[in-house]
Amino acid sequence: MTLTYLIRRLLQAVPVFLGVTFIVFLLMYMTPGDPVDLMMGEGSVVSEEEIEQLRHELGLDRPFYEQYGRFLAGIFRGDLGNSITHRRPVATLIWERLPATIELTLLAGVIALAVAIPAGVVSAVRRYSVLDAVGSIASLIGVSMPGFWLGLILIIFFSVTLKVLPVAGRITYGTGLEPRTGFFVLDAILQGNGRALVDVLKHLIMPAFAMSVVMMAMTMRLTRSSMLEVINQDYIKTARAKGLANRTVILRHALRNALIPVVTTVALNLGSLLGGNMIIESVFAWPGLGRLVVESVYARDYPVVQGCVLVYALIYVSLNLIADLSYAYLNPKIRLE
Amino acid sequence: MSSYSRFWRVFRRNKLAIFGGLVVFVFCVLAVLAPWIAPHDPYMGDLLWRLRPPAWVDGGSWDYPLGTDNLGRDILSRILYGTRISISLGFLVIGICTAIGVVLGLVSGYVGGAVDAVIQRVVDTLLAFPYLVFALALMAAFGPGFVNMVLALTYKEWVTPCRIVRSEVLSAKENTYVEAARAIGASPTRILFAHILPNVVPSAIVVATLRVGWVVLMEASLSFLGLGIQPPTPSWGAIIADGRNYLFRAWWISTFPGIAILLLVLGINLLGEGLRDALDPRLANAPLEQ
Repeated sequence: MTLTYLIRRLLQAVPVFLGVTFIVFLLMYMTPGDPVDLMMGEGSVVSEEEIEQLRHELGLDRPFYEQYGRFLAGIFRGDLGNSITHRRPVATLIWERLPATIELTLLAGVIALAVAIPAGVVSAVRRYSVLDAVGSIASLIGVSMPGFWLGLILIIFFSVTLKVLPVAGRITYGTGLEPRTGFFVLDAILQGNGRALVDVLKHLIMPAFAMSVVMMAMTMRLTRSSMLEVINQDYIKTARAKGLANRTVILRHALRNALIPVVTTVALNLGSLLGGNMIIESVFAWPGLGRLVVESVYARDYPVVQGCVLVYALIYVSLNLIADLSYAYLNPKIRLE
Repeated sequence: MSSYSRFWRVFRRNKLAIFGGLVVFVFCVLAVLAPWIAPHDPYMGDLLWRLRPPAWVDGGSWDYPLGTDNLGRDILSRILYGTRISISLGFLVIGICTAIGVVLGLVSGYVGGAVDAVIQRVVDTLLAFPYLVFALALMAAFGPGFVNMVLALTYKEWVTPCRIVRSEVLSAKENTYVEAARAIGASPTRILFAHILPNVVPSAIVVATLRVGWVVLMEASLSFLGLGIQPPTPSWGAIIADGRNYLFRAWWISTFPGIAILLLVLGINLLGEGLRDALDPRLANAPLEQ
């Protein structure tokens, strides 16, 4: 990848970043009701002067552009303001919740890819077979299903009827796990705590699966169509004509090329997976970023909502950037443009 | 052979697409007829009949085929009324977004230059927000309600038609018929609306159909979280949320509305893909943002 391409693409991300911060700021600026009113709560006895004083301290009496400037400067210092309900810095709250969300999203991504890529390849290689038909119908159902509903159905089946998996949460109290990294799977392995590891995985599996289904279905469809396109290319015919084994042709020559668009889309999908995790986290009472947003929306804790939306958007922009760069890296044709 | 008959010849051979179209049609009919065919009032419950299971389960009754909820309201009737919300919101949002997206896409692609740059930066910025997160923030800021819901679902949805129409315009611009129209002195507006627009309509229809299902899912998600359509109005997402506290005693409350969502969205997707294959197969790999 040429350096100029990298620099150009990074520069293109700057206006997007500024746009994101501006929209997030505008959203909360236009929200009816003043943060001060929310902080005071209903029925509190405070004089007008005290309210004015607080507004002044928070900079709410300054002009729009100045408030935005402060907001932007705060972001660069890692200061996202303070939560109204938790009475703690928003950045700290987000930082504490992030590992739970990343752990869940990564596992969901791994499950999705582990199923989707082999299934997509088989569907393409055995086109119009029974396996292909089953795969295609399953993936169509996968993209048409609400993930939160699937989550509830899993709970009804595995927790209520079979009673083999916990309904909600991240860990059972009393497994003796000491959260150090915040990634419980990692913590359990590092501490050699087998009981905790099993417990953590039991809590993880249902939400991760419910979350993975959409990505699984989309990746499978994409792998299939991409494989079908590649299989008809001349270089595949050449490879076959050379007398290579079918397995080698499919795995070495076809799959590698077919995965180029898949890699890019997976990076993009990981972003939407993160957006969709909010609702899955709520269903399974998963103590991550998504549940923090939903709770803060209910509690009208606007600084937290603002901070979370910003963090989500930044992760999303970074993933888009990674998707673009990986595409350019994997596909030499793009670099020449 | 006219393009219409060519479309029909391809489309009608696709049995799954016909099935999808049929499913969507049935749901539309149910939505319209809901007040006449629903066995009970969707708002009024009979507490003597609360948490009754579906008819085929022990303790169920054919008076309440899909069972009742915690207030004794008939699940079937509530689902039938919910169809109205899902379908009307889906089509309304997509209608608005397609109109905005097509016009902006036409202008962006045809005029180019600074106008194009500005529109595309707005598109890039909106794409940076995960759909549901920002919709949730909007609902939080402006409060629940039908109009706010339409706004929260619209904010980003126009981006997909806009991008696809723009790229269609860019390639159409190079065609001889556009050059010919310009040579005989047609105005830019005329070229845009009389010559280029008809050529981008098929793609716009395909994208719009495929996105209706997505909007239905988003509406259900927001209502499930309690930030969309407010109770007691029966929306599918809200009924699923009602059943959440009764998963251990009454699995049917949450289960059936989810099946309704699945069937409708599946029907829309099958129909949309059939339309795509018949109208504009090139769109098969077009980016459909989340």
